[in-house]
Amino acid sequence: MTTVERPAEPDSEPPDPSEPSEPSEHTAPGGGTRNRTNDTSLATGEDLGAMATIRRGLHYSPELKDGIAGTLLLAVLASVGQVIVPIAVQQTLDRGLNGDGGPDTSFTVLMGLVAAGAIGVTTWASYAMTSRLFTTSERGLATLRIKAFRHVHDLPLLTQNTERRGALVSRVTSDVDQVSQFLVFGGLLFIISVGQILIATVVMLVYSWQLTIVVWVCFAPLFLSLRFFQRKLSEAYGIVRHQVGLMLSAISEPVVGAAVVRSYAVEARTQARIDEAVLRHQRASVRAQGYTAFSFSLGGVSAGLANAGVLIVGIWLGFAGDITSGTVLAFAFLVTLFVGPVQMGTQIVTEAQNAIAGWRRVLGILDTPADLVDPGPDGHVLPRGPIDVRFADVGFAYPSGPPVLRAVDLSIGAGRRIAIVGETGSGKSTFAKLLTRLMDPTTGAVLLDGIDVRDISETSLRSSVVLVPQEGFLFDDTISANVRYGRLAATEAEIRASADELGLDDWLAGLPHGLETRVGQRGESLSAGERQLVALLRAHLADPDLLVLDEATSAVDPQLEMRIGRALERLMSGRTSVTIAHRMSTAESADEVVVVDRGRIVQRGPHAVLVAEQGSVYAGLHHSWAAQTASS
Amino acid sequence: MSDTRGRSETGLADRNHRQGRGSTRAGFAVLWVAIKREPGVFAISTAGSILFGALTVADAWVLGWSTDNVVLPAFRDGEVDGGLLWAILALFMGVAILRAVGIVARRVGAGVMQYRLQASTRRAVTRRYLALPMEWHQKHPTGELLSNANSDVEAAWGPIAPLPMAVGTVAMMVIAIGQMLVADLVLAVVGLLIFPAIIATNVVYQHLSQGWATRAQELRAEVSEIAHESFDGAMVVKTLGREPQETERFAAKARELREVNIRVGRIRAAFDPILAALPNVGVLIVLAVGVSRVSSGAAVAGDVVTVAYLLTIVSFPIRSIGWLLGEFPRSVVGYRRVDTVLRSTGEMPYGDQPAPTGTGGVELRVEDLGYGYEPGQRLLEGLSFVAAPGSTIALVGATASGKSTITTLLTRLVDPHRGAITIDGADLRDLAPGALAEQVAIVPQSAFLFDDTIRGNVALGADVSDEQIWAALRVAQADGFVEQLAEGLSTRLGERGTSLSGGQRQRISLARALVRRPRLLILDDATSAVDPEVEQRILAGLRSHDGGHGSTSDGSSGTTLVVVAYRKATIGLADEVLHLEGGRIADRGTHADLLRRSPSYARLVNAYEHSSEQVTR
Repeated sequence: MTTVERPAEPDSEPPDPSEPSEPSEHTAPGGGTRNRTNDTSLATGEDLGAMATIRRGLHYSPELKDGIAGTLLLAVLASVGQVIVPIAVQQTLDRGLNGDGGPDTSFTVLMGLVAAGAIGVTTWASYAMTSRLFTTSERGLATLRIKAFRHVHDLPLLTQNTERRGALVSRVTSDVDQVSQFLVFGGLLFIISVGQILIATVVMLVYSWQLTIVVWVCFAPLFLSLRFFQRKLSEAYGIVRHQVGLMLSAISEPVVGAAVVRSYAVEARTQARIDEAVLRHQRASVRAQGYTAFSFSLGGVSAGLANAGVLIVGIWLGFAGDITSGTVLAFAFLVTLFVGPVQMGTQIVTEAQNAIAGWRRVLGILDTPADLVDPGPDGHVLPRGPIDVRFADVGFAYPSGPPVLRAVDLSIGAGRRIAIVGETGSGKSTFAKLLTRLMDPTTGAVLLDGIDVRDISETSLRSSVVLVPQEGFLFDDTISANVRYGRLAATEAEIRASADELGLDDWLAGLPHGLETRVGQRGESLSAGERQLVALLRAHLADPDLLVLDEATSAVDPQLEMRIGRALERLMSGRTSVTIAHRMSTAESADEVVVVDRGRIVQRGPHAVLVAEQGSVYAGLHHSWAAQTASS
Repeated sequence: MSDTRGRSETGLADRNHRQGRGSTRAGFAVLWVAIKREPGVFAISTAGSILFGALTVADAWVLGWSTDNVVLPAFRDGEVDGGLLWAILALFMGVAILRAVGIVARRVGAGVMQYRLQASTRRAVTRRYLALPMEWHQKHPTGELLSNANSDVEAAWGPIAPLPMAVGTVAMMVIAIGQMLVADLVLAVVGLLIFPAIIATNVVYQHLSQGWATRAQELRAEVSEIAHESFDGAMVVKTLGREPQETERFAAKARELREVNIRVGRIRAAFDPILAALPNVGVLIVLAVGVSRVSSGAAVAGDVVTVAYLLTIVSFPIRSIGWLLGEFPRSVVGYRRVDTVLRSTGEMPYGDQPAPTGTGGVELRVEDLGYGYEPGQRLLEGLSFVAAPGSTIALVGATASGKSTITTLLTRLVDPHRGAITIDGADLRDLAPGALAEQVAIVPQSAFLFDDTIRGNVALGADVSDEQIWAALRVAQADGFVEQLAEGLSTRLGERGTSLSGGQRQRISLARALVRRPRLLILDDATSAVDPEVEQRILAGLRSHDGGHGSTSDGSSGTTLVVVAYRKATIGLADEVLHLEGGRIADRGTHADLLRRSPSYARLVNAYEHSSEQVTR
């Protein structure tokens, strides 16, 4: 996103060797906070300090530590070489060429060989180091990416729904890429820079402790201000990141909502919103850039101060007889050895803020608890055969929301066909989510074959209980690939047999490429009804013992409608089924109807009985439906 | 993007070859566009960069001057003039501060330039999105358009960040080369041999890395596509317990990307140190030649020192040119993709007629309408009907019979290929921009909500009071759940209103249409995701709603209504039903008439409630 200029240039700035970590470091590396109050939001990792971020990062990507010792050694070799070359050149010029007795050829040749050797070693060592860094960091980051991706799927449905999809995607894509830059061009070089600073300091101490103090004093303000800049930059890049999200969201509006924007002639308003978001992003980026530039430029000022200080103090010390002119001049040269790594380190520290912000966001996903815990191998396995369902005193409420279900008790015998009806907002859809364990009840328990769903192993639950959602989401692939989501190992013959059973064989035959027809993005090449057919076929292949249907509400092509009805009928036979019904016709054909009103079950029984109960909720629902279907 | 999937390595190398040369030239062309667009900022940042370069040289000069004029005399004489010490301080600090100014100017300038270019390009691209017709949008996948406005823009202006530094470096090199030539021609020529070496290294680098870098870019897009799709289908994945398979699908691509990134990285790992080593090698060669020339008396030691020193000075910044060139391939690809959007044409021409005024519903007249997406394709043909002010027309037909196409024509998302649509006698094509929307509102089947508050989504910038918004929400049966939201009308909905259910979104979308009190309201199966119970209340409300402010009291009629529907209750509202088949009107009349005389119509409308009737009988 924001361009990371690579550690680039011979101007300077100080790294803070001791504490490149942020104020709040209270997050233990062992675990994220399990905070129930912001249940539906993703951890941003913002409370994670820089060092803590790196520690957590290493924890999730252990590959990053692979061969670190060797890489470090190479890095040291490369940096030593980088120092030797200019010294050798310097020596050649001073003593070889400008020597008192004219050019000293043998010395020059010697130094030249030393320098050539150093160049060779340095070049090889930096190649080997960078290459190793790329390898380990890409490996580590691929692991991180995959773990984060997996964790997104393990997050509660609620969190998945409330987050911007784009934001989730960016966490497993561009945020990870950002970290890669830092790992290759930052992390290790920073450690090396600190090492070089220490070595330079030691060498300087050998020459003159007084002048060493002068240099450090001149750089002290920079070192001290570094923390300030680090914080400012961290905050500035945080804002940039946030603005990027808003901008992307604004930009998507004229694309995704093209029809609405046009038919409501709100082009100007939409454009104004985009312009605003674009401008905010621009401002935030420039601001962050300003901090980077300013903090970076301070290094050069410190270096100038140090140079002047060394000469001036050197002269005074010379008067006191403590030092020779040679030492002073040599020291002036040593200062450059000190300044180089300081610049490098500072640059890394400031630019790392951007990468660390990205790293934090990725780790934030992993630190968001997946609140539906799979009991794993200890979990119960449901026996095959139609499932017996029981809701025992079940209550449900969204975090900080009003109760959606209250004290629900319901038993559904194995093999029964139940329709749950109720007005929009009555809580009927919650039944489907609890049965399929997309959410856990706040109180009470949902029991399948007498076992609490929370104690059933995830694998067993998912193979025995299948939800057919309102809108059959399809992946951009062929029909056969999509239905195989129901049973991975299904052969083509099995799929065809399954389709025959549901009466979909002639429909498939009518498609341009039959089972191999591609369905397009989200299945958009198929009609809504056809997508439902694929979803039903998928469910049939999955062969569940409990089928939970969230009935589609949108009307589709009448012929398809009938086909769907037939397929559903066959799909439900021999299984327990719970349908969240939006149509009275579905309720009428069910064995039993459960009527939900304001989070409670108010009626239960066969259609004929319920509809006869004068003044009941069901009678009311049915009445309005009947009035509607019968109208003229 | 997809056409390159699975392309062989040879293919990559080939493309590599072709692009390698072209992209350097094209890259400079992109830079030139950038410079022309932001000359001021470019000048400032380049000046900053040159200042920085000059002062880097000056720094060495100050050290030399101080040594010769202050330090050495001071040690020799045992005394020093205080003024000279101040001069040292002033010189060093002056140079350092100016250098800092140079850095700030360069880096802030580069940032300002880059972000301004990004922002203006994004504004331009989104303006095109808004101006280009629906037909254009239908031909371009969402993901592509989003990346055009985002990552392609970034890629296009990527080289701006290292640009000033590179230009400064070039300036420094020119000065350095001049000085070298002055010092000693032969040594200079020897030293300058590193430049062709650098160029050659760069060409090899571009050649080796380009194909892989492009592949990495493609893989990034693919990884992102998988993530997007997978997160979109999260519920399916979760309920079928397919997390491991999805993770494997993602992991396979992520690993492929990893391998390509490692390849790119290894090439890069070799390139950087070689580029860094070349000037050093140059220095050594200069020294070798220099020593022999000094020995033979052809040159003086000082000149050798000068040439060697100048080479070392340019050695580090030369890499910035490499970074600049390294950004070119991505930049050129991004720029071309953005440019394609900017060059797309086909905006709808508008007339200058104001909206026809009136209080009641409009008279809608459709004459001999013909339309097809492609030439020869007939989605609609010879369609004519008139909706009297205040009347309701229902469009009924099977999938692909042309119902939704009519609604897009009525709202002028597309123009007919034949025939005309008029409201109150005005052809839609003659109306001024925005005039149509003052009169006509559509509620589409799938509601689109903005990342805004409920209020913002309903009002969409129209000047309406909260009372009017609540009234519209009430008719749309949305007041109940909006009241329960923590912040009521001010509740933000999030991207595309994902926090609401489908039915809730539809009702907000309906309220959006109602609050404008349109004279023609088009409902394109707009209550499909709503329970029949609620739907009926909405329909009842609609009738009393337009009764409330429009009809009869002042002699004018209520809102004219065009509905696309399957449910009988909705169809039953209509004064006239148009039964569409294959883009033509198969039959027309009242619902009752059609039911009686048209078996195919009866089959169609009865299918939905089919089982229901069976059971009740």
